[in-house]
Formats: sequence, C-alpha cells, structure tokens
Amino acid sequence: MELLVFLILFPALAALLFCILPNSRLRDTIVVVVSAIIIVATLYLFVVFAGAGTVYFDINSGMISQIMTGLEVIISAGLLYLAAKYRQYLIAGLVVVQLGVVLYAESLIHETAALNNLFIDPFSIIMAMIIGIIGSLICIYSVGYMRDYHAHHDDMPDKRRWFFALLFVFLAAMYGVVFSNNLFWLFFFWEVTTLCSFLLIGYSWDEQARKNAFWALLLNLTGGLGFAATFVWIGLTDPSGSLIMMDTLIAAGPAVAMIPAALIGFAGLTKAAQMPFSSWLVGAMVAPTPVSALLHSSTMVKAGVYVIVRFAPIYDASMVGYIISLVGGVTFLLASGIAISQSNAKKVLAYSTIANLGLVVACAGIGTYAAVWAAILLIIFHAVAKSLLFLSVGTVEHKIGSRDIEDMTGLVGRLPTLGLMMIIGIAGMFLAPFGMLISKWAALLAFIDAQYGFILILLLAFGSAVTVFFWTKWLGKLVAVAWKPEPMEVKISSHEYTALVPLTVLMVAVCIGFPLLSSELVVPYVFSIYGMAATLGQANTIIMVMMVFMVLVMPLSLFHFRKDRKILPHYVGGRPSTPDMHFKGSIGVQRPVALGNYYLADYFGEQRLSHIGNGLCIAFIALMLIMLLMGVII
Amino acid sequence: MITEIIFAIGFIIFAPFIGALIGGIDRKVTARMQGRVGPPVLQPLYDVFKLFEKEKAVVRNEVNFYIFSYLIFVVFTGALFFSGSDILLVIFALTLAHVFLILGAYAAVSPYSHIGAERELLQLMAVEPMLILAATGFYMATGSFAVKDIALWPEPIFMTIPLIFVGIVYVLTIKLRKSPFDLATSHHAHQELVKGLTTEFAGPTLGMVEIAHLYETVFFLGIVWLFFASMPWVGLLVVIIVYFIEILVDNTTTRVRWQVMLRSAWLVALVAGAVNLGVLALM
Repeated sequence: MELLVFLILFPALAALLFCILPNSRLRDTIVVVVSAIIIVATLYLFVVFAGAGTVYFDINSGMISQIMTGLEVIISAGLLYLAAKYRQYLIAGLVVVQLGVVLYAESLIHETAALNNLFIDPFSIIMAMIIGIIGSLICIYSVGYMRDYHAHHDDMPDKRRWFFALLFVFLAAMYGVVFSNNLFWLFFFWEVTTLCSFLLIGYSWDEQARKNAFWALLLNLTGGLGFAATFVWIGLTDPSGSLIMMDTLIAAGPAVAMIPAALIGFAGLTKAAQMPFSSWLVGAMVAPTPVSALLHSSTMVKAGVYVIVRFAPIYDASMVGYIISLVGGVTFLLASGIAISQSNAKKVLAYSTIANLGLVVACAGIGTYAAVWAAILLIIFHAVAKSLLFLSVGTVEHKIGSRDIEDMTGLVGRLPTLGLMMIIGIAGMFLAPFGMLISKWAALLAFIDAQYGFILILLLAFGSAVTVFFWTKWLGKLVAVAWKPEPMEVKISSHEYTALVPLTVLMVAVCIGFPLLSSELVVPYVFSIYGMAATLGQANTIIMVMMVFMVLVMPLSLFHFRKDRKILPHYVGGRPSTPDMHFKGSIGVQRPVALGNYYLADYFGEQRLSHIGNGLCIAFIALMLIMLLMGVII
Repeated sequence: MITEIIFAIGFIIFAPFIGALIGGIDRKVTARMQGRVGPPVLQPLYDVFKLFEKEKAVVRNEVNFYIFSYLIFVVFTGALFFSGSDILLVIFALTLAHVFLILGAYAAVSPYSHIGAERELLQLMAVEPMLILAATGFYMATGSFAVKDIALWPEPIFMTIPLIFVGIVYVLTIKLRKSPFDLATSHHAHQELVKGLTTEFAGPTLGMVEIAHLYETVFFLGIVWLFFASMPWVGLLVVIIVYFIEILVDNTTTRVRWQVMLRSAWLVALVAGAVNLGVLALM
C-alpha cells in the first residue's frame, strides 16, 4: 500500500519542488533523478504485485476525501477566474454546474464505511508501467527539448519551472486514476488530468494555444459532467455509498450498473478524444512536443480508454456497449482517413492516436474477453510506439526546422539514428509482425464472434487499409535518400537520447516479448474478470516471432548488395540526368527533381471526414443518452 | 507438422515454374487475341534467367535490399498459405511484402518509380479491405481462420459466400497487374509511366520482382481455388475460367484512373462484405 501511495504522492511532492527551483543544471539533474526513482518504483511495483492478482487497500477515506473536495473547490475557483478573465462563459458555467453536481451528490451519500479505496490488479500494473516508464522517459526528454525549445522561441516567457511541475502532477494524477477504487477519488484525479492538460496545452499562452487549451478544457469538462452525474445516480440509488466502489459497482452487473457505466463511458469518450470530441486532441499539438507525447501515449487519453476498458464487462452484449463500439469504430475509420490528407507529422500522429483509441474503445464496447484482451494489447503497443514517434518527430523538428513530412525526405541519410528510430516507431504502428498489427488482429477476432460484429469488421477492414496508406507513404519519404547524403552535423542532447534509446529498445522488446506480456499480465486480468482468456495460438505466435527476426535480420543483406554494383543515373524521359537527381530542363538549365506524396484531399479531406464523423458519432451518443433516459423513466 | 512443411517447400520449389507456365500461356492467349503468334510458353522463365545474367546496375544500393525483402516475404506469404496457416497472418505478411516493394520504389528516388509507388499504395489500399473481408467470410463459413481447416471443409465454401468470391475475383485484376487496373506497373508495353514502379529496377533486381510476381500469381489463384476446395477438380476448372476472364478483361479494357479503381474496389468490397457477411451474421 505504501508503494501505491508513494507513486501518487512522490511525483506530486517533486512537482512542488520544481515550482521553487530555478532553471539550472541542478533542476535538470533532479528531474532526471526523480524520473529514475519513479521508473524504479514502478518496476518494483511490478515485481511485488505481478503475480498477486487483485489486492485491495483499506485506507480511511474521511480525511483524504475532505482534502480532495477542498482541492476541487480551489481548482474550480481557479478555473472560474481564468474563464472569467478570458470570457469563456460556457466553461465557467460548466465548472459551476459540475461542482454543484458533485457537492450535491456527496450530500446524498452517507458514507458509512468506505473501505478499499485503493487497489491494484494486473491491468493497473500495466497502466502503471506505461505511466511510470514511458511518462518518466518523456520527462527526461523534456529537459533537453525544453532547453532547445526556448532557444528557438526566445520571445516567449520561460515558464519551465511551471512546466516540469505540471508534468509530474500529471503523472501523479494518472497513478491516482489507475489505483483508485473509490470513484470519488478516481474522479478527483480525472479532473486533475484535465486541468494539467489544459495548462500544458496552453503553455505558450499565445492566442492559438489559449484557444486550443480552452477548447480542450471545455470538451473535457463536458465529459467530467457525465462522470459527476454518475455520483448523483449512485447517491439516489444507494445512499449507503457502497456502489461508489468501482469493484462493487462492476460486480453488481449490467442490470444495476448500466447507467453509470454509460455515463462514465461518455466521459471516457471525451477524454479519449473520440469523435465528435476529437478536435481537442488535434488542437493540443500547439503544445511543446513532449506534452503531445505525454497526452498521446501514457496519460490523458489513456485515462479515457482505461475507464472504458474497466467497465467493459458491463457493456458486454448490451446496446449501450454496441453504440460505444460504433463510436470507436467510426472514429477509427475516419480519423485514419483524415491522416492521409495531412502532411504535418504531428497532425498525422494526432489522427492516428485518435484512430487507435477508437479501436480500443470499439473493443471495450464489445466487452467480451477476447475484446478486452485485444484492447489492453492495443493500449500497450500504442503507448510505446506513439511516445517514440512523437519524441523523434520533436527532435527532428528542432534539427531540420520543420515538422512537415515532405521535409523529412531521405531522413535516414541525413539523420541516420533518428531516422531509424522513426522507422521502428512507424513499423510498430502498422506493420506485421510488429505490435499494433497483432492487436488489430486480436480486435478482428474479437469482433467476429460478437453480435452484429460484422459492421465493426467492415469499419476495421477499411480502416486498416487506410492506415497502411498513410504510414507507408511516410516511411517512403524517410527512405528516399538523396545521392550520397551528408549526415547533418547536429548535436542531440543526451537527455533526448536517454529517452529515445530506451523507447526504441522497448518497442523492439514488446514486439519480441509480446507473448510473455500477454501471458503474464493481460491474460491474468482478463481471466480474473471473465474466467476465460484469449490467445493467438502457439503456432501463430511462433510464426509472428519468426517474422520479427526475419525483418531484423534482413538489413544484413545490405552488406551483400553493396558489393560490385554499377550505379547508373535515373531514367528521366530520356533527358540527361545525374545520380543526385538533377536533369537538364529547357534552355539547358539543370533542375532538381522534387517529388511529393499523394494526399488525396478530395477524398480524405479533414473537413469533409470530420463532418461525417462528428455527425454520425453525435447521433450515436444522442441515441445512447435517449436510451438511458428512457431506461430511467421506465 | 511434417505435411505442412512439405507443402511449404513444395510451394517454394514449384510455384515459380507453375507461375511461369501460367504467365506463358497468358502471353500466348493474349497474342492470339491480338492476332499474333506469341512467344514460347516458357518465355517468362527465359526472361527471368536472362535478367540474372545482366549487369548488376542500380540507381541506389539500398533498393536491392527492399526488393530482396519483398521477394522473401512474398515467398513466405505463399508458403504460409500452402502450409495451411492462419489466413489473416497470410494477408498481413503479403501487406508487409508489398510495403517493401513500395519502399524500394521510393528509395530509387525517381519520378516514374515514385508515382508508381504512390499508385501501388493506392492499389494496396483498394485491395486490403476485400482480403480481410474474405478472411472473415472464410471464418464465418467454416469457423476457422486456418487455411488447412478451410481447405478440408466438406462443402464448397463458394455456396456460403458467393459475393465474397465475386469481390475477390474483382480485386484479383488489381493484384495480377492486369488492365484496367494496371496502374502501378504492367507487363504491357503501353504503360504510360514507362514501367511505373519498376522503372529503375534492372537486371537481377528486376529479376527478383519478376520471380515474386510468379509466386504471387500462384498464391492468388490458390485463394480462388480455396472457395471450391472440397471439389478440387471443379476448383481447378474455376481457376482456369477466372484466369481466362482476367486475360479477356486485360485485352479488352483500357486503364482507368486511380479514382475509379479505388472507388469501385471499395464499393465491391463494401457491398460484398456488408451483404454477404451481414446475411451470415443475422442468419
């Protein structure tokens, strides 16, 4: 229990320290040390609890709940002040309503004996590892990145103290989310993540950042309201407050828990940036890249899918669950489509995150054991690959001065190490035999046995085809190496490497080690809930691992292919050309060849597809709410 | 286990020859349709041998690595299929192979091969949904993804998923690089992009692409056969008829724009998938 409390409190206390420390080498060192401690503590957590099943911790909640309520009031007051200052009346209204709802609900519940406020099970361990390891690595990376960032943006006030403090509060809150069994507590940490993301998105506080930050806040507060409504339902249904415990609520089954599960699912959809709420995550890319990496891989959106996956057993074979699946499935297809039309690397990554979360949500909504298994695998692989990709894009952006994929032409020639890391990340996102593909496969298996699953299969089939398109053309740009590339003379800070190298290793490791990952952590969780578990089958696993090795060994063939080859110039319609792709144009001028990718904006334009997606998903969610209301009335 | 390995090795050894024979007959029939005599039946084989005797000329050394990986994974795909493995795994391996081919074309950094690569990507995107839906169809018909179980299913699967079969035949044209869908590269001389995707590949490099194509032809005809696996000879007849239709279509149509290809292939996949799988799911 001390370990759990430590993981929640330690980053939070460290954050207080960072508020005080000035920008200095000392602060940078402490950031690294604190991150390292968090990583070690998380690994220790894994060692202690990996085989222990579900463990509950009895903490007297009285005092702590009061502190949390107090903090919530303070946070609300702060938000109200900001909202008033920037005339965001809608947000002010939401803050007030939400606080009112929460306080009202608390007055309804006569907490007699709230026990087991904290807990840990294999799923929490997985989430804790994602938060602890990936999140901490991103914090280390930030040290080097933010130094560069402020060197690039010297007109901006340097608020790095604030920045690091927020990063660690974020981690603390995420630990809180995944360790809380008391829904009040979970909700408190949930709102803290909303607050942190709001402040981090608005870090530069210029007009664009402010606008996007408030937008993110607005959408997440809407979701928070859904969450808060759960408490009113709990208060009215069961004033003794036993249902406030997540395990009791889920164990009560769909007959009791369908309404709160739907409301929390709604909150999860907003936080996981599903359509029609996806725009906040796209807007969040104005923040410094480590923030994007954090939001997309290990925190924030993962909190959204976490609660949905937690409530998956309730959704199993229900109409509400199916609607949530449809929202996820449609988001997967359309967000993937939009990614085709984008050339901004961060935007492609953002849409790909939205799409993959869609797939997780689709699985969780189906709620069978196979689906939950697939969803958790997706969460793991996505977290690793996406953090690696964001961080490598961030570093590349600082080195080549652009985040446009067209400007990354031949990156493996210019920045070999970073180029290779990016390739590994991208391969991890969509290619057999790497991670995400295994999860997509698992998702397909899950959908196929579900009722009306064939609609989800259609969405998945088209969506994954689209995914192949936009990732491959990015890969293609990276490998289109110019003639005799000169590696750029750049120095990448040791902090950035300290994060990038372990993440790359981790990416390869989870790809090779996924059978172990599945059998040690994912299967025990799924088994503890459903009494059944899914696997890919031993023969298939062997073939997959075989393929991983083939792909890893294949580059050795380069040694052979480099020998005694004759290099010829390109064919450019019969015109004289040179190996570095210049050709003789009209009036004898030497012209370089410029090659661009297809973006198919007429078909996959952002506006067009997001209109369709938002329309469909709003309809789905409205349908779900109407059904709930009818359920309440009847 | 032993039988599976024998089947896989059998595929690896014999598929190029069978593929070459099919290709040779294809060229002969095509020639007759055009009023020519046509080359010897084994011409595709001679072509490949000759390519390997040519000078090892490349535009970039790395290209060979990608093309070699393409070949290896196409062979792997076919071997998985004919050894009765999971059909989804087969489809994923095939996608991986084609990604390598496309990367090879990108790495050549040439205008023609670049556009060829983009178009090959479009072709990949056009075909992928139908393949996944077909795998789903096989599963719904037989309760297994394993090619072995599907092949040993006592009834012809075609009867359960006829629309899926039509869809597969439709995308087969794209996969066999036949007109009207030979956008990325083609065996015809009239390719408007010189040789598209393969413009910059010469000698042994092009030879590897050609061998991969032979393997792929056999593999795809294997999928067509799978729909009638319970009646092997009927299956063979269907394969011959389907391939003849492909030749006929190849010779009577002109190349379409990618928009038409993508839209029509997706429409076919959507209708075939939604109707056929929908009926199976609701029954």
